[in-house]
Amino acid sequence: MNFEMPNFALALPEIFVLCMACIVLLVDLFVGERNRFVTYLMAQATLVGAMVLTLGLSSSEAQYTFGGSFVRDTMGDVLKAFIYLAVLMVFVYSRDYLRARQLFNGEYFVLGLFGVLGMMVMVSAHSLLTLYLGLELLSLCLYAMVALQRDSIAATEAAMKYFVLGSLASGMLLYGMSMLYGVTGSLDIGEISAYVAQNVGDNLVLEFAVVFVVVGLAFKLGAVPFHMWAPDVYHGASTSVTIYIGTAPKIAAFAMVMRLLVDGLGGLHVEWQGMLVMLAILSMAVGNVIAIAQSNLKRMLAYSTIAHVGFLLLGVLAGTENGYASAMFYIIIYALMGLGGFGMIMLLSRAGFEADRLEDFKGLNERSPWFAFIMMILMISMAGIPVSAGFWAKLAVLQAVVRADMVWLAVVAVIFSVIGAFYYLRIVKLMYFDKPEDTSPIKPAFDMRIVLSANGLAVLALGVFPGALSVLCVEAMK
Amino acid sequence: MHTLSLVIVLAPLLGAIIAGFFGKVIGRAGAHWVTIIGVAISCLLSLVVFKQIIFDGVAPYNASVYTWLVSDGIKFEVGFLVDQLTALMMVVVTFVSLMVHIYTIGYMRDDPGYQRFFSYISLFTFSMLMLIMANNFMQLFFGWEAVGLVSYLLIGFWHHKESAIYANLKAFLVNRVGDLGFLLGIAAVLMYFNTLDYAEVFHLAPSMANVTDDFVMNEQWSVITVICILLFVGAMGKSAQVPLHVWLPDSMEGPTPISALIHAATMVTAGVYMVARMSPLFELSQTALSFVIVIGAITALFMGLLGIVQNDIKRVIAYSTLSQLGYMVVALGASAYATGIFHLMTHAFFKALLFLAAGSVIIAMHHEQDMTKMGGLKKYMPITYWTFLMGALALIGFPGFAGFFSKDSIIEAVHISTVPGAGFAYAAVLIGVFITALYTFRMFFLVFHGKERMDEHTRHHLHESPPVVTVPLVLLAIPSVIIGAIAIEPLQFGDFFGHAIMVLPEHNVLEVLAAEYHGASNFILHGLMAPAVWLSLLGVGVAWFLYLKRPDIAGEIKQRFPGIYNLLDRKYGADDFNDAVFAGGSRSLGRFLWRFGDIKLIDGVMVNGTAFGIGKLSGVIRRVQSGFLYHYAFAMIIGLLVLLTWFVF
Repeated sequence: MNFEMPNFALALPEIFVLCMACIVLLVDLFVGERNRFVTYLMAQATLVGAMVLTLGLSSSEAQYTFGGSFVRDTMGDVLKAFIYLAVLMVFVYSRDYLRARQLFNGEYFVLGLFGVLGMMVMVSAHSLLTLYLGLELLSLCLYAMVALQRDSIAATEAAMKYFVLGSLASGMLLYGMSMLYGVTGSLDIGEISAYVAQNVGDNLVLEFAVVFVVVGLAFKLGAVPFHMWAPDVYHGASTSVTIYIGTAPKIAAFAMVMRLLVDGLGGLHVEWQGMLVMLAILSMAVGNVIAIAQSNLKRMLAYSTIAHVGFLLLGVLAGTENGYASAMFYIIIYALMGLGGFGMIMLLSRAGFEADRLEDFKGLNERSPWFAFIMMILMISMAGIPVSAGFWAKLAVLQAVVRADMVWLAVVAVIFSVIGAFYYLRIVKLMYFDKPEDTSPIKPAFDMRIVLSANGLAVLALGVFPGALSVLCVEAMK
Repeated sequence: MHTLSLVIVLAPLLGAIIAGFFGKVIGRAGAHWVTIIGVAISCLLSLVVFKQIIFDGVAPYNASVYTWLVSDGIKFEVGFLVDQLTALMMVVVTFVSLMVHIYTIGYMRDDPGYQRFFSYISLFTFSMLMLIMANNFMQLFFGWEAVGLVSYLLIGFWHHKESAIYANLKAFLVNRVGDLGFLLGIAAVLMYFNTLDYAEVFHLAPSMANVTDDFVMNEQWSVITVICILLFVGAMGKSAQVPLHVWLPDSMEGPTPISALIHAATMVTAGVYMVARMSPLFELSQTALSFVIVIGAITALFMGLLGIVQNDIKRVIAYSTLSQLGYMVVALGASAYATGIFHLMTHAFFKALLFLAAGSVIIAMHHEQDMTKMGGLKKYMPITYWTFLMGALALIGFPGFAGFFSKDSIIEAVHISTVPGAGFAYAAVLIGVFITALYTFRMFFLVFHGKERMDEHTRHHLHESPPVVTVPLVLLAIPSVIIGAIAIEPLQFGDFFGHAIMVLPEHNVLEVLAAEYHGASNFILHGLMAPAVWLSLLGVGVAWFLYLKRPDIAGEIKQRFPGIYNLLDRKYGADDFNDAVFAGGSRSLGRFLWRFGDIKLIDGVMVNGTAFGIGKLSGVIRRVQSGFLYHYAFAMIIGLLVLLTWFVF
């Protein structure tokens, strides 16, 4: 085996984020409590820099380095760009929220940046080892972030649950990977794919491996029945962490699904399709039905995420290029909607008041017509009502399913999305038809106001002009 | 021509938008200026187009302006067809509209909805132009519905008046019935011709003449007949033909300028225009023509009779409009499309004149419309008196006036026509002439002559209307007198319409008439020998005798023949029938569906039932989320096992 110098240039964004995260960590040690915004600004600068590097290196051809364990392709670039964007928005929304709760520490931003690095590695992984490495880096950051609020019982309890269950899921995924290695004799996703393609047939160990891999992925995505951590973690963690967990890592998890199931185990499509069908139906059913009974908006959004994951899986399980593109479109739109939804909670909250109950949204129209309008766009988009991005996202995955000759599944999905419309529209009703309980004025910072408005309007704009993004997704899947 | 037609259509729309959305900003004067300028531009350019098409012999313009959508190879387009027929209609519509715009300044002077009113009438002009300039059925339908909408808005313009709301709802509902037929007709055109473009449809029409299909109960029906009758049902709604006429008298609840513009001169004639435009289709179906002529004759005669017993000045004119529309439709049925359009044009001028003059009277009387409280207005309102007289003479077809030429042509044409039902129609239009003269001059004498029956206060304030009112009256009186003599030769007997109107040789009654025609004065002389003129003079005489000479006789007749009077007074019971059967029936059906279908079945079982069920289910399932870590881990293991057993073994 001859050693070959890897092409570091392809991993330049990852290397940049790594260095910057370390620098931010160091700088944060020396800036005082009063100059903490330096940390914040550096973190944001890191994301912008990474964005520039990723887009600058982008080309339509897939390139491999580090002995084939790292890949840079269009799908990866697009997903990374949206990860940076999501985290950037998370940081903007979180700044004042953290400050009001004396949580405005460097740890949040440093952990956030390392989490971004983990996601980037996941997105670009082309071997089981890199994939697992990225996943664990991300997971460890998330566990720590949930526990950031050390004196909150709910937060620490959520962190414990997340950690234990996450370890269990990691174990299962690793077990599945080890079986894959055992059968195929390789960790490289390309080689696994080649082996699977040549040895189609009844291979019990391979099927075992698929089940374990699917379970690991389902946990990361939060698909039923591996979803139970989600409501407790979303609810227990501070909103600034919930918004982080609920958005960017989902994009990374989607990338993992694509790399493992589609790129690696595409030959076993028939096997995993059935499992995903089951997971998708259960997720849509449980997510939408239980969300109705929630009185806490964060929990409700947790179940809503579970339901959205069900829809996402529809696109994946169709098993066509078009299906994958629609799933990618869905996850990007979902991330935007999730950012806006949690952003609204943070907008309404202030010191000592979380604004995460449904009642807190009562009469929002009287307090701030503009943000009530933004929230309404987000809600109708989540419900999948036309002239919003969520409609096209749902339409795309349903189309993919119908083209894969599973009309019954599309019908089931539509029924559950109708049920789901109830709890989204309930928020709209609360905002517009009820009297406000709390009449304190809403005074967000300037940048928050701009970014949150842009976020809501982007959902609307993508609903009117979905063409560009959907073309981008189709390109990414070629 | 392309730019020209676009400007003609869009200028009133722009005026309507400015006056409608920025009415507060531009103020009352701003609103009337912007709309009047818009319509004046349209009117001037329409005259230019008219000159180009008629006098300079420019070829008819037919082109698409914008493709709205293409579905399954069928294009839905916005396009203009400007030929001789269109050019004539454009001039009539924009001219009357301009007169009404100016008149409105005086009539609506104190109304709080001033800007809104101007916005609506400009919008109406736009819609009407879209209708008449369409080169395809889709745009025709757009214009058709748009004028209906504006008519609805304007009838209910004084929306605080209960009766106005009732009237506009009625107009809307009755027009729904007609429009359903119209829409089905268009759908049938699309189905059999696979295109909506006029030119293509008319080109294909002869090859469809003998095609039949089983529409109902396996009977073979001629496709063209079905299409024509369905389209004509639409015309019956819009042009208020029996039995869809009930909305027009009630539409008089709207302001008087509207009655003049929409419910006399332009919109209600859309049906007549449409049938003339579709002449290549109607010519192919004897059955449809027969249907048209019979419906027209019934309307012409029986609606005229109702005019005799009305006491509301506007309602008399409204019934007269119904009756005159019947005349036009009769002309269409006799294949004398040109005559129908000719009468449409003369009627537009003299009926708008009559309405506006009536409006002038109404202003002077402080919005009193009951003729039994008027009388002797001649000396207070000379201009109104003389213009009204000219309108009345034109209406009854007094020799030399506009209406004489068009109405006499209709009567002659029907006399010659061989379409089944023409005999009945001939009798109806002849008797109609007498009736027309009777109710017109009854109204004239009651309003302007005889005893002054108004109260002292009103009489004290009686005076002639301001110039913004009287100038349009004079301007409309001119064509009401002379247009007939000028237009009869080119319109009736020349090839004015070119290829715009198609008549089969065996139906061509106008050709027969042309052989006997030797100039306008000769036509008058000829008319003096025919019964029609004498019947109308007899009508005037009877009116004079009954309402001026011996006013007591009218009351006597009423007492002697209570049956007939009541029948007429109740408008043949059409309204009562509609109220009881259609309105009452659909209300009971609606109530049943609401009580049982909606509340019990849909709300109770389906909506609330499922919501309740899912709410319950949700409450149960959420218990699974116990909060205990080992439950969660257990669920994951169970999930893993299920997947393993299900998919591996």
